Order: sequence, then structure tokens, then C-alpha cells
Amino acid sequence: MLEAKHIAKAFGGERVLRDVSLRVDQGQVVAIIGRSGSGKSTLLRCLNHLETVDAGEIRIDGRPMVTTGPGGTPVYAPKAELRALCLKMGFVFQNYNLFPHMTVMRNLCQAQERVLRRPKAEAAERATALLAQVGLSDKAGQYPCQLSGGQQQRVAIARALALDPEILCFDEPTSALDPQLTQEVLGVIRDLAREKRTMIVVTHEMRFAREVADTVVFMQEGVIRAVGTPDEVMGDHRSEELSVFMGLLGDD
Amino acid sequence: MQYLNDPDLLMKLLSQLAGGMLTSLSIFFSTLLFSLPLGLVVALGRMSRRKWVSVPVSFFILIMRGTPLMLQLFTVYFFLPRLVGPIPRLQSTMIAFSLNYAAYFAEIYRGGIMSIDRGQYEAAQVLGFTRSQTFLQIVLPQTVKRVLLPVSNEVITLVKDTSLATAIAVGELFLVAKNATSASGSVEPLFIAGLFYLAMNTVVTFFFHWLTRRFEYYRG
Ligand SMILES: Nc1ncnc2c1ncn2[C@@H]1O[C@H](COP(=O)(O)OP(=O)(O)OP(=O)(O)O)[C@@H](O)[C@H]1O
Ligand SMILES: [Mg+2]
Repeated sequence: MLEAKHIAKAFGGERVLRDVSLRVDQGQVVAIIGRSGSGKSTLLRCLNHLETVDAGEIRIDGRPMVTTGPGGTPVYAPKAELRALCLKMGFVFQNYNLFPHMTVMRNLCQAQERVLRRPKAEAAERATALLAQVGLSDKAGQYPCQLSGGQQQRVAIARALALDPEILCFDEPTSALDPQLTQEVLGVIRDLAREKRTMIVVTHEMRFAREVADTVVFMQEGVIRAVGTPDEVMGDHRSEELSVFMGLLGDD
Repeated sequence: MQYLNDPDLLMKLLSQLAGGMLTSLSIFFSTLLFSLPLGLVVALGRMSRRKWVSVPVSFFILIMRGTPLMLQLFTVYFFLPRLVGPIPRLQSTMIAFSLNYAAYFAEIYRGGIMSIDRGQYEAAQVLGFTRSQTFLQIVLPQTVKRVLLPVSNEVITLVKDTSLATAIAVGELFLVAKNATSASGSVEPLFIAGLFYLAMNTVVTFFFHWLTRRFEYYRG
């Protein structure tokens, strides 16, 4: 469903991603873990075209988003195709990034109406259903600033879902939240996993990753150090290096 | 106290000043009508990634903000007609003021636009909004709220700046008052004109209070 090969990305000489390859299949939940600065966000942002890659290839449903050109430089798909491919991906930010001047309802409907050109009634219906799903039916008329962080993040998840993405990406969706609000948001993501939604989740929540993910990707200094089932990466038979890292994160 | 002690004379003066104020208001409103939207165009030009757009626009802003408005008024009044034919005094004033205020508004808008969090652009991008949709539906509406206060400052200054049109003998409030003072030898007309400006700016102030409250429905 999503295939990234040999992705490289540097910021002013600092090589943040070096030769990263990742594959995500239909219905899979992939958790990306790793120390701060290891390149997790950058990888996720490259997959969503929030950053451009310096090298490598990304395909979504077999359609190339970026391929390697003759000179070895990356060549992105034409604008329209790029937009279509990016719409197959949803993105939930660490700090929500809701539109503060719009009500919760408008936040959920605006892109449906203006990007997907859905009729207003249909968009509203979808938004209402999603708000119910994330447990915020009573907040439709509120503005984001009137909601708690956990509620805002759930709205952000509903907003992403409203466009029916094939893959939903989360960049540390709970790291701005206190433990209780974190559980609210993780609960929603857990439900999505149960529905067999394809997801890529960057997280520091080890227990959650272990419980929800089919595949855990461990990153370190811009490379993928380990990929496997939660047990393989986080279980008792993990390598010493991983053990040290897990220890640092306070895993049990 | 020759005016204040003579109701007939005072009434005559007040009606003259009121006539002058209408001219001042026409400068005021036409300047806003042109400079508020023009400022947005200038701001976008200033922020353009194309050097051949942003460099001349920056130069325009520098000139407009860096030289006296009165000098700009003279320039438009005396030199522009040589290029395009005769322009009446009032219209010269409106042109000079509109250009000058557009430069100030442009910088205010630019500050407001740049203060919008990058996350808003990123959220818009991942939701599939085009660049122009992002600007019009997400960035601009939030900018309006943020620029309200600095814009209100400029608008208040504009009320008083209309008096500069006296320099090219446009019959606005200040000129009417000045002439009355010259004719009578009393400074009362000038002070009464001052009250007129104060009254106009009181209205402006209340208007912006009202507008600010209308944007209080969200924080940010
Ligand atoms: N826009 C940018 N400009 C310059 N450097 C950047 C930029 N974005 C990220 N970096 C650098 O790239 C490195 C990897 O950052 P990244 O955000 O991908 O790490 P991360 O694994 O997500 O870390 P965290 O867990 O703290 O979120 C960091 O050293 C960071 O300073
Ligand atoms: Mg990160």
C-alpha cells in the first residue's frame, strides 16, 4: 500500500534520514519508535510531502509519488497527481493544528466541501458521525480554544478521517497531553486499529505501541535499526542495543 | 471669546467647519477604500518569492514610509499632471494618501500574515487545500483579527493626516479653520476644529472596539 525506498534527507549538512526503507500494507498498524532526534518526524513528514526528500522513492498503491530521475535526483509526480496521492494520506500533528477561527463542525467540513467537493449535507452528515465516533458529539458548535488538548486532538483525528484517507499518520499525537488526556486519544486510535485501519504512528508510548502495532520500527540516528513484531523489537529476545534504548524509555 | 460670545457668528463658523469636515471625510473614506485592499496587494508583492516583484515593491514601501507625506502630496499634485493631464486638488490628495497608507497597511498585513503558525499551512496542505484556498480560507481570516489593533492606529492617524491637504489648498476642515482664524484674528476656530477631529476619532475608536469584540469568539 505504501512503499518507501532508500529515503535520504539532510538539513543543512545534518543527515537526518539515511537510506530509510519502509513498507506498510493494508490494515497494518506500524509504530515508529526511537530517541528524540532520530528522524521519526522527518520520515513521516517526507511520506506526506511536508518535506521533500533528497533521494529515494515513495509509492502509494503502486503510484509513484517520487522516483529517482536520471541524475539520481528525486523526481516528484506532477502537481495534480501529487495532490491526489497526498489525499490518500491523513496526518495528525503533535499540536493538533486545528483551524482556530472555525467551529469544530467547520474544521471537519471545510476540506470535505472545498477539496473533495462533497455536498454540504453529506459533509455535515459525515462530520456528525465522526464526532460521535470520537465521543465529541456535543462539541460541534464549539471553537477549538474551548476544548481540552485531548478533545482538540480527537477533533484533529476526526478531521483527518473525514477525507477518507487510506493511511492515517500520527506524529506523537499524545506528547502534548497529560496522562489522562493521553488515554482518551489512545483509546480513539485503538478503536481505529480494531477497525483495521492502516496507520503509521510515531510514539513514545511503549505500552501502547506494543499493544496496538503489528509492526514496530525502531529508528536511531536516521536509520531503521530494527523492524519486526512488537515482540521481536520490544520483547525479551531483542538485541542489547535495543534493550538499552527501551530501558531509557522506561519500558517494563 | 468673540465666537463663543456670539451665537450667530458661532453658528456660521460651525456650518463652515462642518462643510470642511465633509471634505475631510471624503478624503478619509476614499483613502481607506483604496488603501485597505491595495495594501494587501502590496503585502503579497513584498512577500513574493520572485525578486523582480519583491524588490521594486520593497522600494515602493521604503519611499512611501521614508519620506514626508506632505512631500508626496506635492509630488502627486505638481508632477503627476505632467504625465497624465490635470488632476483636481482633492483627487491628488486621495491618490497620494492612498499610496502612502497602502504602504503602511501592507507592512501591517505582512506582519499579521507572517505571524500565522506554520502548522496552519501544514494542516491545510495535508487536507488538500490549494495554496490560494489556504490563503483565503485559513490564513487571511486569522490575519484580520491580528491586524485590527495596528490598523486602528493607522486609521486614527489618517483622520488627523487629512489636515495635510491644507498644503495644496484643499478646502478641508483644517483649511477652513485656519482661514477663519486669519480673518478674525482669533484662534478659536482652530481649537473648535480640534474638537471636530477628536469627535471623528472617538467614533473611529468605538468602531474598532466593536469590531474587536466581534472577533473575540476565538482565541489566537
Ligand atoms: N526543518 C528543520 N530544519 C533543520 N533541522 C531539522 C528540521 N527538522 C528536523 N531537523 C533536525 O533533524 C533531526 C531529526 O528530527 P526529527 O524531528 O525527525 O526527530 P524525531 O525523531 O521526530 O524527534 P522527537 O522525538 O524529538 O520528535 C533533529 O536533529 C532536528 O534538529
Ligand atoms: Mg518528532
